[in-house]
Amino acid sequence: MLVALKRIIHSGWLSFRRQTALSFATVSIMMMAIFLITSLFLLQGMTKFLIADLQDKVDISVYFKKDSSEEDILRVKAELSENPEIKNVAYVSREEALEKFIERHKEDQILIESLAEVGENPLLASLNIKAWQASQYTAISIFLEKGPYQELIEKVDYYRNKEVIGRIFEISSNINLAGIIFSLILGFIAIVVAFNTTRLAIYNSREEISIMRLVGASSWFVRGPFIVQGVIVGVIATLLTVLVFTIGVFFFSSRIDLFIPGFSLFGYFKAHFFTLLFIQLATGVGLGVISSWIAVRKYLKV
Amino acid sequence: MIKFQNITKIYNHNTTAVDDVSFEIDGKEFVSIVGRSGAGKTTLLKLLLAEEKPTRGKIFLDNQNVHKIKPEELPRLRRRIGVIFQDYRLLSSKNVYENVAYVLEVIGASDLEISRDVPQVLEIVELADKAQNFSKELSGGERQRVAIARALIPRPEIILADEPTGNLDPYHTREVMNLLSRINEMGTTIILATHNKEVINNLGKRVITLEKGRLVRDDEKGRFIL
Repeated sequence: MLVALKRIIHSGWLSFRRQTALSFATVSIMMMAIFLITSLFLLQGMTKFLIADLQDKVDISVYFKKDSSEEDILRVKAELSENPEIKNVAYVSREEALEKFIERHKEDQILIESLAEVGENPLLASLNIKAWQASQYTAISIFLEKGPYQELIEKVDYYRNKEVIGRIFEISSNINLAGIIFSLILGFIAIVVAFNTTRLAIYNSREEISIMRLVGASSWFVRGPFIVQGVIVGVIATLLTVLVFTIGVFFFSSRIDLFIPGFSLFGYFKAHFFTLLFIQLATGVGLGVISSWIAVRKYLKV
Repeated sequence: MIKFQNITKIYNHNTTAVDDVSFEIDGKEFVSIVGRSGAGKTTLLKLLLAEEKPTRGKIFLDNQNVHKIKPEELPRLRRRIGVIFQDYRLLSSKNVYENVAYVLEVIGASDLEISRDVPQVLEIVELADKAQNFSKELSGGERQRVAIARALIPRPEIILADEPTGNLDPYHTREVMNLLSRINEMGTTIILATHNKEVINNLGKRVITLEKGRLVRDDEKGRFIL
């Protein structure tokens, strides 16, 4: 058994080495398939980051009446925080609101002067609320406006932003869906191309397969070397693709950062390196083995 | 040992290659099947090897119907039979040494046996100096001798030799026939398909004659008569 395995591996390696042109062709096609799948993985990472970034910008603010005490507001905040549909709640006191206002408009002398004219802080304390889903904002604003705290609340600036919020969530879920469909189609194409390349390569060997059968080789003894070749092609293609990506990502990471501020492609690549390597190996070796298996089976019926 | 029972093989378009042929071959026999090209010699050998299925009839090897053998059991049958194919059928991706060694690997021979037997057999067929060559680098006669070496090396119970001298010069033809006779004397059953008159007449063994797929003559110590 062990001797047979050794012979199968040796024979697979020998065929891989001898059929230089064919091996080169299958490795490069397999590299393209792995390259595509790796790109899709990184693209997915970027899309997720972009969507999260976009959704993070969406919130609603509840303004409290001037005479509401900080204690009351924090009570509202505590209750909202317990709601599982709410991602987070941030409290902005009247003083903080004023500071931010001055900071933002420090260039605008007239505005600052008129603020001084008013004499007191005209701004209201508020809570900034972020929900997980856009659809939850309606329920949250109804709860605030009609619920037990309606006495404390001056206004909820939801309805003004309602449309924009809806659009942002709609766009981001569309991007996500398009990404998934795009990935599936490209992934499918990559798999079909790699699969058919292996089949063509083995088609070349159909005569040899029938001779091996006629001199008494078992199916496994015939099939084994082709599967070994599939594994070798998969592993070499994976290693080469990893090399290309490591170098590519290292050099292009800073440029990507210009398009998507805050996203480090190299960091993402490094953080997911082993997941990625696993996906690449599974793609390369899996495709090599499965397509060899299926292609050889057809010619074994001698 | 081998029994052909009312064997008919019809290919597509109603081409009848073998027509109701019956005969038996005992163990250790040396039988020649003669006939013109297209008489059905090669078809009979293909049927025995279960490379093809008969349209009608049965073939038994030691009372086992070879066409009822399960696919996974088939290698075991084929390992009992060494075949010298008319078209050589060498493995083009392997060199001469590896082609011959392959059949030993198939039967699970040890590395030691392979490295001992292969050079010996290549010596016998005078191809020791071509061991590292690939089949495309060999002449027709050399390829035929590789095919012969490959059929002999696992010491099979039966050898099917389909025109084994078709591409050989008179010297090598004589050598190969002497070799087959010696192997037969040591107990191997030999079935030889040929249309070489001289070879048959020198053998002086049983001859089965086919004509247009039909068995027309079966003589002990026969001669080539067509």
